[in-house]
Parts: sequence; structure tokens; C-alpha cells
Amino acid sequence: MIQNLTPLQLDAMREVGNIGAGHAATVLSQLLKQKVSMSVPEVAVLPLAEACDVVGGVEQPMVGVYLRVFGGAPSKILYLFPEDKALFLAGLLINDQEKCKNLLGELEVSALKEIGNILTGAYVYAFSNFTGIDMLSSVPALAYDMVGAILNTILADLGEMGDYALIIKTQLLACDESVDGHFFLVPDPGSLATILSALGVKDGCQKQSGSECPN
Amino acid sequence: MPETIRVGMSQLVVAEAPTILVTLGLGSCVAVCIYDYLLKVGGMAHIMLPDSSIATDAVNRGKFADTAIVDLVTALQKKGTAKERMVVKIAGGAQMFSYQGMDHQIQIGARNIKAVEENLARLGLTITNRSVGGNLGRSVFMDLSTGDVRVKMLNSPEIIL
Repeated sequence: MIQNLTPLQLDAMREVGNIGAGHAATVLSQLLKQKVSMSVPEVAVLPLAEACDVVGGVEQPMVGVYLRVFGGAPSKILYLFPEDKALFLAGLLINDQEKCKNLLGELEVSALKEIGNILTGAYVYAFSNFTGIDMLSSVPALAYDMVGAILNTILADLGEMGDYALIIKTQLLACDESVDGHFFLVPDPGSLATILSALGVKDGCQKQSGSECPN
Repeated sequence: MPETIRVGMSQLVVAEAPTILVTLGLGSCVAVCIYDYLLKVGGMAHIMLPDSSIATDAVNRGKFADTAIVDLVTALQKKGTAKERMVVKIAGGAQMFSYQGMDHQIQIGARNIKAVEENLARLGLTITNRSVGGNLGRSVFMDLSTGDVRVKMLNSPEIIL
């Protein structure tokens, strides 16, 4: 189970996070023709239900981009970022900060979906390359709402399946603005074992009483 | 100040005046609020999924519309409430994510609402007030002194059911 990851396994996942962030920054830099850097200050594993506290409280308004990953290790991915930075991100893509005033406007929503698509796509690509597992991501869905409501909907979508998430905190730097986002990876049952095994750290699992090693 | 009790995902809570039952950040989930004006006793269930038949292992009864509603009504009856006096209000079931090529599975909000309606009807209960659907998440506050259910949504005026 994901909550029993050893420090070694967590390290391997952090490395994947770093590579994903690096790749995402490169893609964004090329697309926007300006320097974009991205760092991963923190990686953690948490129950999704407790994730609200990590990102600032249940009723905190946030923007979430949600997509599914198909292929060798089916998973769900959510990228969350604060509402006050969402317009900046949208403006960055459109290359006109003046045009992005309304978070729920058609242009802004479309731009945010695209940003989310690029970032998560870069992660998935890096992940897939690094592990050698085939992965394809779905069309992104976007929500702008209380973070509790966003996570609540995703938990319902997961249903009975694993509701622990690997949370990768990301910091995106562009035009002297920094955007703190959170990237959630929720592997479907069985997918985590596939990923760990591909990373060569499958057996670094800590046996705990009453719980199982991924196999 | 009246005591407030948080009703978390898949939980159901029954209490009496002057308590306020609260659930924050309700997305596709549905809060079912049942109140007895005579006894000032009420309960709230925070339902995540429509049907317990999909559960693979031990069923968390509060999670599913079919089991949670039966349990909520039974718990209220144990407190002395009669079905004839139960006033039912529901909130939630939003469609949070906008998709192109929307698939069936993520429309869980609409399926939750339908399941809640059907299961209440099966027990002979009628919904008097509702704030459901749409694409905004809700925070729900049920005041057991008055039976009022306040619904808060992002950037929208508060609604009282």
C-alpha cells in the first residue's frame, strides 16, 4: 500500500517528481519563449481526505485540473493551484495579462486547462520515460471551487479504490512570480507496485503488522 | 454559542437542539438532512456514492445512499421521531469538473441525487427543500434549533432551505 512506502521508495518517487518538474519547466519555457523554472520542495504520502489541510483548509478556493492516466499503471492526477495565481498562469499562456480578468471566463478556463494539460502531460511523459511504463493521459477537466469540494468529488470518483495520494509540492517561477502548486498522483490498486518495480525499488518495502507489501 | 458538529465524508450524525451540524466543501457528495420540528431532533448523512452493491469489502454504511438513508431514519426513530414528522432537505451533488467528452463515471453528482431521491421515496419520505446539482461545491449548516439548512457556495449569496 502507498502509505507504507519506505524512505528509499519515497526518494525514488521524489526523483520522478523532480524529473517531471524539470520536463514541465522546459516545455513551458519553450512554449512561452521565456525562462520558467520549477522545483519540488516536498514530496509526501497522505490520505486524500487529509490533503485539504496541506493546501490551506477545506473552504479555500482553488483551481484543480484533473485527469486520468491510462496504460501500464492506471492512475489519477490532480494539479491544484491557488486562485490568485490562476489568472497569472492563464495570462502567461495567452501572453497578455490584461486579457485575463475573470477566472470563470471562457478564454481563461481554456488557458488554465491547457496549462494544466501541459504540466501534467510533462509529468506523465517524464514518468513514463523514466519507468518505461506506457502511460497516456485523458483530456483534462477543470474545477474552480472550495478545495474540500474538489477533493471530495475525486474521492467519490475513486470510490472503493486506493485513496492515498502521493503529493508533490511544486514551485513554478516565471516573470518574478512564484506559483505554489500541488501535484497529486493517485495510483489505482496494483499500479503502485508496477511503478515501484519499474523503478527497481519494489522490495524496499517495510513490512508492518496488519498491512501488506505491494506485490 | 451552540455546539457545532462536523459531519465528515461517509459519516452520519444525529443530535438535538441547540446543535449545528456542519459539512464543509461538499462536491459531488450529497448531504441528507432530516428534522423533527416537534422534538427539535435532526440528523445529517454525508453520502459519497449511490449504491452499496459496488462495495468489495466490509461496507462503510455511511458512504452509500441506500444504506446511509436507512440508518439515518432508524437512528432518528430511536430518538423518538416518527416518520410522519420528518422534514427532509438535501444539498450537494454538484458536477464539479467540466470535461469535453464527459464520461459517465465522473457524473457521480447526478447519480447520487437520483439514488438519494429513490431511497427516500422507498421509505415514504418526501423532500421538501433542495439545493442540488449545478457546478459549485457547497458548505451546509443545519441548525437543530430551527430546522433551517444554510447552504454556502463560492461567490454566491447564501441560501436557506
